[in-house]
Parts: sequence; C-alpha cells; structure tokens
Amino acid sequence: MVSSSKRTPLTFLVHATVLFLVVLWTIPTAGLFISSIRDKDQLSVSGWWTALSTSEQRLVVRAHEPKSQVQQGDRFVISGNLLEGGKGEIARFGFSSLKPENFAAGEVAEMKKGRTLQVNANGDYVLSSPTEWKGSRGQRIFYTAEIPPRFTLDNYREVLNAEGLGQSFINSLTVTIPATIIPILVAAFAAYALAWMRFPGRALLIAGVVGLLVVPLQMSLIPLLKSYNLIGEFFGVGSKTYVGIWLAHTGFGLPLAIYLLRNYISGLPGEIIESARVDGASDFDIFRKIILPLSFPALASFAIFQFLWVWNDLLIAMVFLGNNQEHLVLTGQLRELLGSRGGNWEILTASAFITIIIPLLVFFSLQRYLVRGLLAGSVK
Amino acid sequence: MAQLASALAIMIMGVLGCAAYFYGSNFLLDKLFPTKNRPYEQIARNLRTANMVRPWLFLGPAVLLLTFYLFYPVIDSFRLSFFDRTGDGFVGLSNYVWLFGSDEFFESFRNNMLWLIVVPTAATFFGLIIATMTDRIWWGNIAKSLIFMPMAISFIGASVIWKFIYDFRSGDDAQIGLLNAIVVFFGGEPQNWITIPFWNNFFLMIILVWIQTGFAMVILSAALRGIPDETIEAAVLDGANGVQIFFKIMVPQIWGTIAVVWTTITILVLKVFDIVLAMTNGQWDTQVLANQMFDWMFRGGGDFGRGAVVAIVIMVLVIPIMIWNIKRANAEMEGR
Repeated sequence: MVSSSKRTPLTFLVHATVLFLVVLWTIPTAGLFISSIRDKDQLSVSGWWTALSTSEQRLVVRAHEPKSQVQQGDRFVISGNLLEGGKGEIARFGFSSLKPENFAAGEVAEMKKGRTLQVNANGDYVLSSPTEWKGSRGQRIFYTAEIPPRFTLDNYREVLNAEGLGQSFINSLTVTIPATIIPILVAAFAAYALAWMRFPGRALLIAGVVGLLVVPLQMSLIPLLKSYNLIGEFFGVGSKTYVGIWLAHTGFGLPLAIYLLRNYISGLPGEIIESARVDGASDFDIFRKIILPLSFPALASFAIFQFLWVWNDLLIAMVFLGNNQEHLVLTGQLRELLGSRGGNWEILTASAFITIIIPLLVFFSLQRYLVRGLLAGSVK
Repeated sequence: MAQLASALAIMIMGVLGCAAYFYGSNFLLDKLFPTKNRPYEQIARNLRTANMVRPWLFLGPAVLLLTFYLFYPVIDSFRLSFFDRTGDGFVGLSNYVWLFGSDEFFESFRNNMLWLIVVPTAATFFGLIIATMTDRIWWGNIAKSLIFMPMAISFIGASVIWKFIYDFRSGDDAQIGLLNAIVVFFGGEPQNWITIPFWNNFFLMIILVWIQTGFAMVILSAALRGIPDETIEAAVLDGANGVQIFFKIMVPQIWGTIAVVWTTITILVLKVFDIVLAMTNGQWDTQVLANQMFDWMFRGGGDFGRGAVVAIVIMVLVIPIMIWNIKRANAEMEGR
C-alpha cells in the first residue's frame, strides 16, 4: 500500500512491533495450552514457561515400613528407591524437617543411636541401624530433586471422566447446532421479504430490526423468565428445556442475522429476480432456487458467528437451561469448576482448553467466511 | 451413547420442525390460491391475495420471535421497574429511589463508565495500529489471524486464561502466574492483582480488550484498504511522513468505520457480565451494571423490581446509540 516506506529503517521497527504484539496476544492462550498438558505436581510449583527445563522440587516421602527390614551382619537395613522408578536426580536430602537439605546425595548421614541414612542421586536409599527398627511407619526422608519435564494427557482424561465435561460437551452441541440453523432459516426468509417483497409496513419493520440490534439482552431476562415459568406451568413441563434455549438464542441472534442478510440479499442483482418472476416463479421458488444458493457466503459467515456466540454464551444458558449437572453446558461447567476447583490449575487449564478447542477449530478453518460476514455488515 | 442419540434426535426434530413450517405454509398457500391452469381472472385474484399473504408467512416467525424475545421484554422491564420484588405489587418510584440511594449502584455505574471509556478506546486504538502495520508486511495475514483468534474464545474461557496470568502466590513460593513472575524477575513485590481496589477494574478490562482488538483490526483493515492509493501517493509526493499520512490522510477517511467499530464494542461492553462474574463476582469494587442486575435477579430468591430498574439504566445508556443506528440505516437506504 504505502510502497515508499518499504525500504526505510522504519520497516524493521514495524516488523518488530507486530511481532511483539502477536506474541503478547498469543502468549495467554499458549500458556494455558502448555499448562494443560503438564504434570500436575510440576504445574503447581513452577511456571509454564519453565515447562521444557528440569524443575527443582522439594519433596518428602516415607521410607518403607520397619517390617520390611532385613538383617545384614549385625545391622538392620531398610532399602528402596525414593523416585520409585520415575526419572529425576536427587541433589540433596535430609531426615529432619528443620534441615531438609543437610546432606548431598551419596553422603552418609548420621542419625541418632548410631543409625545412618544414605541417599544416592538415582534415588536409592539405605537406612541402617545397629538395633531393630520399631513402629509401624517408615522414616521420613526429605529430598530436593531435579525432575525432568513431563508431559501427559492425564489432566484431560481426568476432567473428561471425573468432572463431567464429557456430558457438558454433548449438552453444548445439543444447544448449539439447532440454535445456529434455526435463526439462519428464519432470518433468511425475513431478510428476503424485507429486501425484495413489497408490502405495507416494510420500512417500519426495517427500522425496528435496526433498533433492536442494540437492546441489551439482560433487559429480556426477567420478563422472559416469568413468561417461561408461565408457559412451563401451562404445558406441565419444566420451564428449562432445550426448545426454550434454542428459541431464546434465535430471538437474540435475529436482529443481527436479518440485518446482515438483508444487506447482502438486497445487493443481489435485481434482473435475475425480475426475470424469474416474469417466468412465473413464486417468491418461495425464487427464494429457494435463486436467493439461497447465491447468498451462501453471507449465510456461512452468519452461521459461524452464531455458532461461536452460542457455544461461548454463559448468561442465556445459565438463565434458560439451569445449572443442574444434566443440562450444564461447557461454559457453565467451567464456571462451576472455577468456583469449586479454583486452586487446581491442572483441572482448570484442561477444562478451559476443552471449551475453547471447538470454537478455535471452527475459527481457524472458516476464518475467511467469518471476516467476509463481518465486513458485509459493517463497512459500507 | 444414549445421551448422544437422544441429543441428536432432539436436534433433528427441532431443525426439521422449523423447516416444515416454511415449506408447509407456502405449500398450503399455493394450494389455497392456485396461480396455474385456472381462468385468467381467478389467477389474477389469487396472485394478488398470495402476494399479500406471503410476505407475512416469510416474516411471521421472525416478527413473533423479535416481539417476544426483545420488544415485549423492553416494555415489560419498564413496567416491572415500578413493581415489588415478586412483580405483583405496585410500588411506584420506590425502586428508583432505592437505586439512587444505593452505594452499590454508584460503584457499578462508575465502573461501567470506566469500562465504556477504556475498552472501546483501547481496542479501537490497538486495532487501528495493528491494521496499519500488518498491511505493510509479508506475514501480515498470519499476524492478523493470531491477533483475531481470541474472538473465538468465550469470555469465561478467557477469564480462566487471564486468571492464570494474574495468579498470585504469597511468600517465597515460585510464582506460576506470568505477570507476577515478571514482576519478581525485575525485583518487585508480587501482587494479588485482582483484589487491588480500583486498579483491578483495569486488569479485568484488559481481558475484553484482548478479545475485541482483533474485531476492530479486521474491520479497520478493510476500511484502510478501501482508501484510494492516489490520495496517499499525492501526500507522499507532497513530502508527508508516515505519521502525517496516518493521522491527516488515512484516519479522517475511515472516520465512519471507526465510529461503527467504537459503537459495536460499546454495546458489547454494556452487556459485559461473564468476565466480572468469573473473575471477581463483583467483589473488591469491581461490580458492573449487568452483573449487578443478574445478582438482583437471583439474590435471595430474586428481586425482579430492583433487577428491572438496573436493566432500565442499561437501556437508557443504549438509547443514544440506538437512535444513531436507525438514523444511519435510514440514510443508507435513501442512498440506494
């Protein structure tokens, strides 16, 4: 565009600034993703940016119980491995909580009554005593270990099974798919009528749609909640049903849908429509055979928009579908987890990533249409 | 599996039911008023009738839905704002008196105003800057995609992402939140960001700016490309530098689009609710109107009167934008 500035030193600055901004915008999501596949013990003690480096952890375990002791010569020995087969390297160890790092790996630590403890870097330990070990619990051993990075899908397995996310996933789909298709159908018919059919009151309806574009949907919640309860009572069903939420999403999505689609459809060449009319096609035929195929780009872009909006919605789902486990959608489930498992980052990060993976996939594969739709309605 | 099957069945029934209406009603209209193979006069009469009825068949569901879900609630909220907590007893202006006497309202009103000033400004500003710069570099489209990406993330998902960034560990524990890690790296004291009164509002706003900048960028970038090359070339020949071209040539030409982006984000900000709910639930002086309204709907069984009053305030704030929108649409249609 501005070709003259291409060779100035400013170009370097532009590249650098854009790179900086891109990193700034991407890092939050990247951090979430990396955290979600980290081991949960590592996640809670070190930042995700250290995920690829070995982390130092201070841990405490109990040695084997006294009953596993064996007599070697005149000493009683308990031995085992602190890391229990896992990878890692022990740097320091100790037997008292006051001095957890008193000894380096490989040293022999003198305990009371002639007892000794030796811990090697590979985790092998030997407890040795001149007298028999007594009691039912093992000796506590404190150690500092270098643990190599560990990536796992355990977090995902856990949230999908134990935290009810699998069920919510299906609920979200059940809400989203009809709530995307129904408004498109309804809006496309209405948009065609407003664009190409002549009838009294058309201008007023168009102004009405534009006005309703900005009505905050919070306005609607209280009256609708009352109406839903009435209707539910009348038909003897619960007031919180899938049909109820589909219609709510349809109603709230309609102004934008009609507005975007009308802009697009009224821009289609009038000759085609007129000549089809002359040939005796009814408006329904014209709509079905000419308008629908021609407005595919606009329909697709609105579909993506509505899909993202419904999938990501929390408010409407909370009010019109309720918070019981059986009907909870993904966003609602995530919000519940945020309340109940706020400190368990391994659960939160994995859950959050599951809720955003579908919209991200839709977004990246269909981005072209989404942008086209945004532009159709906003730039004139 | 059973759940999946029943979900699928519900979905198919819902969508088919909607399609059946359009097909069925139009089929019925064509049968009742046939326009083929009849005497000429009858065809003419039937055609007129059908042409009068058909627009309303097309528009019917849309008009019904819009009326029930948007138009009627606006009217009813207004009515409810004069009634008591159950919506049965008329209480006159007492809800309004309560509203203007409550500190909670002024707190959320002040915060909402902050949101309304900061978020649209920042998102439009960043969007414009990024749009201008990405148009000049070869990997601009990739950069745009990545910055646009948060648009696809739910507010609640974004809240988890940012809660992780703002995470705070007390004492000497290693910070796992990025922001505190950076602060500690530069020798600062770690902070519990979302509980610092007043400033925590800005930490919540950053989340919405993060989401909305991509939207502003895409629209403004299209508008920038619409500027004729000649005007910019002329400015370059006249010796204008990059900054001058940007502010004196480009920005004035896309002023209309900037206004559209600004208002769109403003409307969104008025409705913002999820972020505050998930991050603080209005604690530590971060309450906003939409969240307060939601609060009154369900607090202690719900107070519809007070909830409705807060809704009316939100509505009043939107009305200027609504009028501007209708005027703009009308002007557009006259130009057609």
